[in-house]
Amino acid sequence: MITGALRQTGRLFALAAEVTRAVFRRPFQFREFVEQFWFVASVTILPAALVSIPFGAVIALQVGSLTEQLGAQSFTGGASVLAVVQQASPLIVALLIAGAGGSAICADLGSRKIREELDAMEVMGVSPVQRLVVPRVLAAMGVAVLLNGLVSVVGILGGYFFNVIMQGGTPGAYLSSFSALAQLPDLYVSELKALVFGFIAGIVAAYRGLNPRGGPKGVGDAVNQSVVITFLLLFFVNMVMTAVYLQIVPPKGG
Amino acid sequence: MGIEVVVEGLTKSFGKQSIWRDVSLTLPAGEVSVMLGPSGTGKTVFLKSLIGLLKPEQGRVLINGVDMVNSPERDIYETRKLFGLMFQDGALFGSMSLFDNIAFPLREHTRKKESEIRRIVMERIEVVGLLGAEGKLPGEISGGMRKRAGLARALVLDPQIILCDEPDSGLDPVRTAYISQLLIDLNAQLDATMLIVTHNLDIAATVPDNMGMLFLRELVTFGPREVLLTSDEPVVAQFLGGRREGPIGMSEEKDAATLAAEADTAPAAPAAPRAIVPQLEPSPGLPPRQAVARRRKRVMGMIDTLPPAARSAIRETYAKSSEAATLPMPAAGSGA
Repeated sequence: MITGALRQTGRLFALAAEVTRAVFRRPFQFREFVEQFWFVASVTILPAALVSIPFGAVIALQVGSLTEQLGAQSFTGGASVLAVVQQASPLIVALLIAGAGGSAICADLGSRKIREELDAMEVMGVSPVQRLVVPRVLAAMGVAVLLNGLVSVVGILGGYFFNVIMQGGTPGAYLSSFSALAQLPDLYVSELKALVFGFIAGIVAAYRGLNPRGGPKGVGDAVNQSVVITFLLLFFVNMVMTAVYLQIVPPKGG
Repeated sequence: MGIEVVVEGLTKSFGKQSIWRDVSLTLPAGEVSVMLGPSGTGKTVFLKSLIGLLKPEQGRVLINGVDMVNSPERDIYETRKLFGLMFQDGALFGSMSLFDNIAFPLREHTRKKESEIRRIVMERIEVVGLLGAEGKLPGEISGGMRKRAGLARALVLDPQIILCDEPDSGLDPVRTAYISQLLIDLNAQLDATMLIVTHNLDIAATVPDNMGMLFLRELVTFGPREVLLTSDEPVVAQFLGGRREGPIGMSEEKDAATLAAEADTAPAAPAAPRAIVPQLEPSPGLPPRQAVARRRKRVMGMIDTLPPAARSAIRETYAKSSEAATLPMPAAGSGA
């Protein structure tokens, strides 16, 4: 039982290492990369934008009501922006990259595997990792970074709108507390998180897709597992990265 | 000329289930070999082990000095370019048209211009009789066409070793006969080493130079076709005769009690000597198979080690074909 879990983990890391190595091996599959980038972007952009508006709003409302009780209303802007940029945005990206992009990647690779397409590719001396997995992982990473920017912007706009219009906050206080508390490294770490999340989501999806167990039913199970495993990993990694970031980067307000 | 494939002591199991043990054989360069065996005896596993897709626990598969089991991944990938493997159901890429499928190895491994790729691909499409279907997706054509498209894709890089996984399954007898002829014609044109895995008796009787049989986790025998065709091993006799009486059961082997009961009720039917059907010749207009001359030399060299029945069958075959075979032989011999 334990050795089984360790073996899976080991193979996952082995695939991650193999993909990292294959990224630098020529020829780079540019066409496949563009196609996958476009595909992952097209299935994630709209849901990401739609999810981030209410998410920004919820944070603004919650933080707004809390700061109002504490008498620190003027800091609502800064607090909600930090929450959106550092936490909400990478997590929304993680959910969508894993749920929409990763599941599609896993299902695609899994069905190719059971149709023996990947075997056929290997027989022809073409590595499926280099030909198929690398472009997909890179596409997931690239889309995650760009999507993170989009979600941050839309989330902040949503928060601003709800704070200023619904809770009667003042635009000036919102913006000045924003620049008083937020700093550029907040954005950097947010993008770094997105990049790492994209990598993990791509690797896990590819790993489960390349190893489905027992026919078409196995592919369905693999997709399911890949999404769940990715979620678990991403939330954990997010916690670690947040803790490290808070330790090494001094907060601006302090 | 094709490349010799040497298999030494290959053993493969999945978990606790042993597939076959200690399989050793040599596929002679440029000759056509057939691996027979009842369903579920690991024939496909054997093919996939030859090409390095599956890793047997013990043994070696040597091709040009590269061991497809234990050599570094990079060498194995290089060596695979010498192979053409025809999968059981074609294993075509579902998202590409037949043309793109067949062009795939060329686009991945060569720097040929698109016009030249087109020429080569159309040539192969014509060989397997799929002209007019090149724009279709694999999902839109019949199983037999997918199989032939898979064969065309396997042939496009002019492989030195061709492996066919059940070329007949799902085909009607006429199409099977065409496939048999096609395989022999390919051997004449490419002079590639070929291994066909099948349980079709027509293919087994007419196509190969050499035959082997897998049963009960063992290689029963491998050698010139006459050895297997004249063999009096019960397994081989039962399989070639397509009878129920014998060691092969519905699931795998029969238990001793069933066998004994069978022996009591049916007192061994007099095994009629099987007539050996002559091997197929290449279609008119094609060059003679260079393997024929090489095989003759090889088989005549080892004839004293063969069982008597096989010996006389071989002598008979060569006596019959000597006039026909000697004519093209000088030309063929110079190429060998």
